[in-house]
Amino acid sequence: MKLHEYQAKEIFAEAGIPVPESQLADSVEGVLDAVAEIGYPAAIKAQVHVGGRGKAGGIKIATNEDEAREAADAILGMDLKGYTVDRVLVEQGVDFVDEYYVGVTMDRGEGKPVAMVSTKGGVDIEQVAEEDPEAIAQEHIDPAFGLHPYQARKVVYDAGVPAEYARDVTSILSKLYDLYEDNDASDIEVNPVMITADDDVIAADAVMNIDEDALFRHPDLAEMEEDAYQNDLERKAGEYGFDYVRLSGNTGIIGNGAGLVMTTLDLVDYYGGTPANFLDIGGGAKAERVANALDMVFSDENVDSVVFNIFGGITRGDEVAKGINEALEQFDEIPKPVVVRLAGTNAKEGMEILNTDLVQVEATLAEAVQRAVKNAEEVAQ
Amino acid sequence: MSIFVDDDTRVVVQGITGGEGKFHTQQMLDYGTNVVAGAVPGKGGQEVEGVPVYDTVDQAVEAEDATASVVFVPPAFAGDAIFEALDTDLDLVVAITEGVPTQDMAKVNKRLGEVDTKLLGPNCPGIITPGEAKLGILPGNIFESGNVGLVSRSGTLTYQVVSNLTERGIGQTTAIGIGGDPIIGTSFVDALEAFEADPETDAVVMCGEIGGEDEEQAAKYIAENMDTPVAGFIAGRTAPPGKRMGHAGAIVSGSGTGTAESKISALNDAGVPVGDTPEEVADSIEDFL
Repeated sequence: MKLHEYQAKEIFAEAGIPVPESQLADSVEGVLDAVAEIGYPAAIKAQVHVGGRGKAGGIKIATNEDEAREAADAILGMDLKGYTVDRVLVEQGVDFVDEYYVGVTMDRGEGKPVAMVSTKGGVDIEQVAEEDPEAIAQEHIDPAFGLHPYQARKVVYDAGVPAEYARDVTSILSKLYDLYEDNDASDIEVNPVMITADDDVIAADAVMNIDEDALFRHPDLAEMEEDAYQNDLERKAGEYGFDYVRLSGNTGIIGNGAGLVMTTLDLVDYYGGTPANFLDIGGGAKAERVANALDMVFSDENVDSVVFNIFGGITRGDEVAKGINEALEQFDEIPKPVVVRLAGTNAKEGMEILNTDLVQVEATLAEAVQRAVKNAEEVAQ
Repeated sequence: MSIFVDDDTRVVVQGITGGEGKFHTQQMLDYGTNVVAGAVPGKGGQEVEGVPVYDTVDQAVEAEDATASVVFVPPAFAGDAIFEALDTDLDLVVAITEGVPTQDMAKVNKRLGEVDTKLLGPNCPGIITPGEAKLGILPGNIFESGNVGLVSRSGTLTYQVVSNLTERGIGQTTAIGIGGDPIIGTSFVDALEAFEADPETDAVVMCGEIGGEDEEQAAKYIAENMDTPVAGFIAGRTAPPGKRMGHAGAIVSGSGTGTAESKISALNDAGVPVGDTPEEVADSIEDFL
């Protein structure tokens, strides 16, 4: 779960990390009121869950009222990589002389959190990691003990932070680690940490993502979750509780288990088709969930054909068949051809129940995918 | 022969009184697994499917000589349940639970380095040595005893590949699901090492997927240490960057790490044929045998 910059900054400020003065606004008037209080120059920043906002035109600096109005007009309502901007953070402009990167994330290869500091902040840190990995100092953290103060100092010195700023940057890193641990964050970072003309050290941006599996023990953070779907289909999938990703092709895919669904997508591509989506109904799905999955895929206008691939372990073939029948029997005419392949637990029982007037049945994964791809080609013509 | 579990394995089920725990205990018993105990705090003295329940794993080990545990405990308590199992000196802990917080797993991972116990999972289907023992939720009827080892990050993909093998009369020594989470106990390398040491395993199937670098490390291990031939499969060739494909661990990050291409080319460089389809994986195994 991603927090917005303004949410993360509230948490940072409470933890004693210095952040610029700011106010949230959702209208041009609101922006002008906010700037009147905060003063010029001011940064006007789109609050959407998208990386690289600045490059995409989602952050503008205003030095007077005309510029503030213009920036607010341009950013509010704009489409930023598929998300509509409905709020901006109006923030005191900072006159900076240098920009650093400070962050904590999980190194999955090591199975440990890692603290990272770089004096090459202000740009995409993944790009720095690729082009100049030496420029990012790293320190792995023993999760049983947390970040020792000496480790925070070490990684800051290793990064080459000048002595006069080292103490303040170290303090920001230590507080970030505490927030990371206390809030079950998956990533937490400040990029950039700005060194101001007055030698102050300020967190100018804030990224904080929370491990969704840990939200049960952070009800306060769960409440901060805001819908962030790129389209109505992803919203619908969220409501149904499906793992769903929309792609650009025309063969709709439903299956159980992430690895098998990914494989079904890959096979659609391999046999010359184009996958329209990833949809995992999960383990042990009952009939209603199966029907919901079909409803999801049918409501995607890009979809011309559907393949339903189930290999039952804890999912039972008879439940799946019941769900498919229920979903399809309500139509006078089946909206899109559906190919079904059932294997594993109770597959035989499922095949007996399945209404084969409504679906096409194939015995193997390869045959089912090829038939669905062929259907998609025919419908698209 | 087999790896990690056989008909001497004595199983304690943590969370045996829950819906999943109960159902799969029955399934494991039906398969012939020695499920000797359950462990659920506050439920000591009860019986589930004829299996005695104890309040702690320690009591279950003391009374029934359990050697392995299967964890069906809900995610909020699973980290603690795994710690309990690790601190009880079992040989193997199989964590089925999906959705264990990652920072809990980082602490478990730290403890794993200090004990001899192996952990499978979490978020895994378990392990099966066909005809001897099944620990987890795998459908036993698709497996056949034989001479091919299998290790996979995904449950249902494992079933797909196994059925492709079994249909051709190719049985398995042991099949292992290592789990789809970012931090897991047993890695591909650990499983491959065990298969390499098993004289009965004549070939190995390794099913990976996008995300992380475990497959690349496995490729390096295979090139340097394995005589047993390995055939591979990688799911997620068509996955777009930045989107999590179901499994918490299955994501191609923004900088392009964890891609299917990188994994396939690492495996190919290690001499491992990677099938475009599960059928092609079975073809490779047939060629090896």
